[in-house]
Amino acid sequence: MDEERNARLGRLRWHCRRALLELDLIFQRFWARHGDELDAQTEATLTRLLELEDHDLWALVNGKDSTDDPQLAALVETLRTV
Amino acid sequence: MTLSYSVRKFDAVIVGAGGAGLRAAIQLSEAGMKTAVLTKVFPTRSHTVAAQGGVAASLGNSEEDNWRWHMYDTVKGSDWLGDQDAIEFMCKTANECVIELEHYGMPFDRLDNGKIYQRPFGGHMSNFGEKPVRRSCAAADRTGHAMLHAMYQRNVMVNTQFFVEWQALDLVRDAEGEVLGVTAMDMETGEIVVFHAKATIFATGGAGRIYYSSTNAFINTGDGVGMAARAGIPLEDMEFWQFHPTGVAGAGVLITEGVRGEGGILRNSDGERFMERYAPNAKDLASRDVVSRAMVTEINEGRGCGPNKDFVLLDITHLDPATIMKRLPGIHEIGVQFAGVDCLKEPLPVVPTCHYQMGGIPTNYLGQVIVPQGENKAVPVPGFYAAGECACASVHGANRLGTNSLLDLLVFGKSAGETAVKDLKSGMRSHKPLPQDVIDKTLARVDRLNNQKSGADVHETRLTMQRTMQKHAGVFRFKDMLSEGVTKIMEISEQVAQTEIKDKSMVFNTARIEALELDNLIEVAKATIVSANARTESRGAHVRDDAIDCPETPDGRNDKQWLKHSLWYRDGNRLDYKPVQMKPLTVETVELKKRAY
Repeated sequence: MDEERNARLGRLRWHCRRALLELDLIFQRFWARHGDELDAQTEATLTRLLELEDHDLWALVNGKDSTDDPQLAALVETLRTV
Repeated sequence: MTLSYSVRKFDAVIVGAGGAGLRAAIQLSEAGMKTAVLTKVFPTRSHTVAAQGGVAASLGNSEEDNWRWHMYDTVKGSDWLGDQDAIEFMCKTANECVIELEHYGMPFDRLDNGKIYQRPFGGHMSNFGEKPVRRSCAAADRTGHAMLHAMYQRNVMVNTQFFVEWQALDLVRDAEGEVLGVTAMDMETGEIVVFHAKATIFATGGAGRIYYSSTNAFINTGDGVGMAARAGIPLEDMEFWQFHPTGVAGAGVLITEGVRGEGGILRNSDGERFMERYAPNAKDLASRDVVSRAMVTEINEGRGCGPNKDFVLLDITHLDPATIMKRLPGIHEIGVQFAGVDCLKEPLPVVPTCHYQMGGIPTNYLGQVIVPQGENKAVPVPGFYAAGECACASVHGANRLGTNSLLDLLVFGKSAGETAVKDLKSGMRSHKPLPQDVIDKTLARVDRLNNQKSGADVHETRLTMQRTMQKHAGVFRFKDMLSEGVTKIMEISEQVAQTEIKDKSMVFNTARIEALELDNLIEVAKATIVSANARTESRGAHVRDDAIDCPETPDGRNDKQWLKHSLWYRDGNRLDYKPVQMKPLTVETVELKKRAY
């Protein structure tokens, strides 16, 4: 079970390697602070968030854009303040 | 040996799915070649995404332009270190490549008459340096991103096979020097596969992460450059790195030059506006290299800020907050996110920051990797091609002209693909037997990480390397610092060979990937600092404090002694040199003169 979760988190962590340095830095901090306490809900939301294109994702994180999706919005807020 | 592997056969294998890799793949797949593209991340998340400025082509849609003028600007930008045959080829082929991209569906900005809109860019001039010209073609501020999408879709259409989230490990080069493919690891399973190919193309991007302060994303670890070096291929002109004066200290995120344009002031630890001493007229608006050099001098002379006195301050607190928010959108957020600073109230910590790698795997304009053999300094390596930032054609020479990076991807991605197709069709390439000893070496390198005890921490070792490179081989270079830096980097290299990872799992083990990436970064760091230490002149982006500015060597550039390409060999940590190709393909040579703007 643990092995399966580790693999899933490893994949998610790798998907946080992005094309833009700004996002790499934000996700690096996110994993350092929240990596050990990631619950299933956050994991699912993060998976969805990482589907976004890099420029769109960065626009959300730097506040130039917003999302109506409450779960994504909450995670973006965490990323903004991480 | 505990690790096993399997073999898969392709006509061509391409490593890297950024602009150059995707462009090369189109060429091969369209010609019906069975083509595999290996990539660490999904293609549209390659670092090409970060390129916003545009792609240069003398289409002349807004005003008269000419590829000869573009060629002149590129040679001048390169400080005459660029090879003029490759530069002519690139500038002449630019229009065709841009129009092809348009046909792939690239959403370029347009003029009212439907033609591609072109905007001005630094260094783009008409009539051999006379006045600015509009030459850059862009898709809003997402040119690189749009380019990747257009080319990825084209590749899907022509049946390129993508292997996404695969880490390339080593080039397979046999005793005769022929390249037979690449060994790679599937991140998802840890499975190792030899991609046995008749043609191998590297398009792995740059290695900007060798520096502590870098604008490059974390994926830019110079994997292709490191693999080439381990396979005995020399690395060309690795001392030349383009730096930007103002990156956020400790993060690398770029702060646009517009901040100084709007009145931002650089200050040292005494609060002094130090640019008044270095450039009494232009002050903080002096050119990039002058500003970068002044910043480094302040830091080196003990007037840096912070606990380690290793950055200076960019102050905009005297400006009207409303103006900052209106004219410099995003700068406040960058300050908060990456410097922990409210720039309306406090100055931003900044340092010169690495941006682009001019050197790389030596190639000719056909995309063939070339190495010296006896008297001939440019003998193609059978089966091996390279394009993009990992390659050195050399079109950027000692300094790259803005928007030529995206052009490089298109022109040389296509050219490498085209040459590979020609070689494959001629029947001169076959699936030669794989050399077991070479594959075993790679397996041993991976296996070492499973068994290493009491080794160096990957993160710490990388950080030490990055800090050493920043301090000893940064934007402004000093004789003693460079030679000390060579010793330090060689010591760090020994630690890299002993790194240890705690997590030995095979599935999406990011610690293992980072350790393997460090194996590549260190080769680039060694090549950079050894080449920089040896080159005692200043040229383009390589600026030394001890290079004398006199009529024979203006601005420290010494054409008599140093108008030549450096070639660094991993084995023996030695240097060789080869002449710059001053003769273009069809036109007259752009003759040497002082580079002044």
